[in-house]
Amino acid sequence: MYALIVDDSRAMRRILRSIVEPLGFEIAEAGHGIEALQRLEERPDTELVLVDWNMPEMNGIDFVKAVRANPRYQNVKLVMVTTETEPAKMARALMAGADEFVMKPFTSDILLGKLQLIGVMPPEACG
Amino acid sequence: MELQNFNFVRELVQTRSAIMLADEKVYLVESRLQPLARREGFASLDEFVAKLRMAANSSLYGKVVEAMTTNETSFFRDVQPFEALRKMVLPELITQRAAKRQLRIWCAASSTGQEPYSLAMLMREHFPQLATWDVKILATDLSTQVLEKARSGCYNQIEVNRGLPAPFLLKYFDRLGLNWQLKETIRQMIEFRPMNLIEAWPTLPTMDIVLIRNVLIYFDVPTKKGILAKIRRVLSPDGFLFLGGAESTLNLDDSYVRSEVERTSIYRLR
Repeated sequence: MYALIVDDSRAMRRILRSIVEPLGFEIAEAGHGIEALQRLEERPDTELVLVDWNMPEMNGIDFVKAVRANPRYQNVKLVMVTTETEPAKMARALMAGADEFVMKPFTSDILLGKLQLIGVMPPEACG
Repeated sequence: MELQNFNFVRELVQTRSAIMLADEKVYLVESRLQPLARREGFASLDEFVAKLRMAANSSLYGKVVEAMTTNETSFFRDVQPFEALRKMVLPELITQRAAKRQLRIWCAASSTGQEPYSLAMLMREHFPQLATWDVKILATDLSTQVLEKARSGCYNQIEVNRGLPAPFLLKYFDRLGLNWQLKETIRQMIEFRPMNLIEAWPTLPTMDIVLIRNVLIYFDVPTKKGILAKIRRVLSPDGFLFLGGAESTLNLDDSYVRSEVERTSIYRLR
């Protein structure tokens, strides 16, 4: 099982990794959307991507659009993890093809609950 | 806190709410009562409890019991019970009640409201035909403080992040500054009322669904039996009972039959 974490903050990537890795995912990381698309190409069977919104090079929303435009990645679950909390922006992310939206700040149980909602992890793994 | 003070609080909480606090729950008492002690102007928790012990039946007793009432909750808590409601329970009841077009649902420990509101959103989202039915969701809790919050339908960002699907947040909430409030159309589906499960129950309508999740776990066996027996009397003969994941009617009340739907236990009367 592969998961990809996309955030320009190394500290945030580390936090997300510490939550998702124990679920059994092998993790790849990227600092922006362009790099994330490269990681996906290397591992097209990636099941889960956690992606920030505001990043250099390519932002999260453009990354989500690019992923959804590629038929190879139809099954990957995309979760935006971001400080954006404007309803209009959240709606844009969902329209673009994000499966879920986690507002920062969050706790590990919030993220795990969202993964459970989109069927990425079995309920019993939530504790 | 001092042992004798802990024991006093334990006895008080058990007498008033039938909730039993095990020895290792000192931390829980401390974390819940420290803020109350501070609010009441005491320098320490022990000073606060010492005062309580001197004042028989103080008005503070109610506040202590309220603070100790567990209200950990989230939207769509545990996910599976709501899947069972969506896929099996509600479709079956909608078929069975097609002539009467009436549904009565009771969330018996609704805490800050996430459970009844989750149910209301689920019904609005997946069973729009119920909009023309006579549907009432009764939500009760011991604590008037949490009921007040529940009625407001107002939640902070952390609370709406927890368990709530993002499309539901966008569809059923309005943003109010840093908080989010459930839309009036959802809030009006629920009646919030104070009720103590271990005292005499008011007259309740016959319920098609009763959710009493993660409550029995805090009670001793006779209290659990008493509550299950009373639920038996308000639950429709073809109704559904939901308990918490760690709870069961086993060895408590054999008038219920357990079945598993969507990896959750549901109980029906024999």
